[in-house]
Amino acid sequence: MLDLLQRILGRETSRASKNVATERLRLVLMHDRMDLTPQMMDSLRSDILKVITDYLEIDEANMEIAFHRDKGSIALVASIPVVKMKRLPTCM
Amino acid sequence: MGEVLVVTSGKGGVGKTTTTANLGTALAMMGFRVILMDTDIGLRNLDVVMGLENRIVYDLVDVTSGRCRLKQALIRDRRFESLSLLPAAQTKDKTAVNPEQMKVLCEELRQDVDYVLVDCPAGIEQGFKNATAGASQALVVTTPEVAAVRDADRIIGLLQADTEMRHPKLILNRYRPQMVKRGDMLDVEDVKEHLAIELLGIVPEDESIIISTNKGEPAVLNVNSRAGEAYRNISRRIVGEEVPLMDIEDAGAFMNRIRRLLGLRTG
Ligand SMILES: Nc1ncnc2c1ncn2[C@@H]1O[C@H](COP(=O)(O)OP(=O)(O)OP(=O)(O)O)[C@@H](O)[C@H]1O
Ligand SMILES: [Mg+2]
Repeated sequence: MLDLLQRILGRETSRASKNVATERLRLVLMHDRMDLTPQMMDSLRSDILKVITDYLEIDEANMEIAFHRDKGSIALVASIPVVKMKRLPTCM
Repeated sequence: MGEVLVVTSGKGGVGKTTTTANLGTALAMMGFRVILMDTDIGLRNLDVVMGLENRIVYDLVDVTSGRCRLKQALIRDRRFESLSLLPAAQTKDKTAVNPEQMKVLCEELRQDVDYVLVDCPAGIEQGFKNATAGASQALVVTTPEVAAVRDADRIIGLLQADTEMRHPKLILNRYRPQMVKRGDMLDVEDVKEHLAIELLGIVPEDESIIISTNKGEPAVLNVNSRAGEAYRNISRRIVGEEVPLMDIEDAGAFMNRIRRLLGLRTG
């Protein structure tokens, strides 16, 4: 019975080309959309800074952020040299 | 004062011209005053799809360059009084007009009609800029294929970044429910999820489109055409009616729901 239903409804095997298409589409759109303008990169950078400087003192001049593309994924990689830890008020 | 809608896609051959002709005709059938404008300069097609190719005297470039008055270039459809076409120039190239001229032209066109539908050429260059310059709303046509959806995404990005058109609407064309059912075609939900804009309607793959193009009679004129029905529904949505998706339109989503219920599909 289940078998019949599966046949009628068309079971989606992982080989179904639609699944391949969805995955390829996801990646290709991610790549395309990642084409951030320099202004957007700048504002991303300054927003990251804003958050981090609450906790750490960092060497802004040597901070680097960039996208690294791999076959199946994309990563935002940041290298942010820490100069000093700030003493955080301990909270309960 | 009418609204100027541009029909665009990025990728070529996904159905912009077919969509423009059918929606324009359907709107005219409903009694609205419509002008169709072909901006695919050098590769005009809308005249042929509408069956008006033998009556062209002047074209869009003749109008923008002042060689004739707008009224002289408009071709009135024989079937509907309230429908006319402004054909593209065939012997010039896309640089024969610029976005500023298009803005002025669209402003003039919309004075006496309810809708101006602009058929945009493929691509993202000058032709796209011309076609979108005078429009206040965009209909993005795509097919359920990776390349077409990708290009649609790019177009949506450009529309949102460079124009006033923040909320373009989607038309999914050449949908094949059987293939969707087999898992061999992206379904409506997939495409909607990726593009994240409002879906205006789904048009099935349909032989009647080819037959109607052969004859120069848009499919919406044929009561038995499924694609024609889909286009009639879309035109009603354009004027603000609430029209539920027809069952082919809903096929993918419906099957998914059942599959999920039966645990045949996760997510
Ligand atoms: N729903 C459909 N079912 C079957 N055939 C279709 C459908 N939609 C479009 N076609 C066919 O696909 C072809 C391309 O359509 P059309 O010319 O409308 O695309 P276009 O986006 O305007 O192309 P271009 O980018 O070259 O201007 C035509 O031959 C048309 O008949
Ligand atoms: Mg076309």
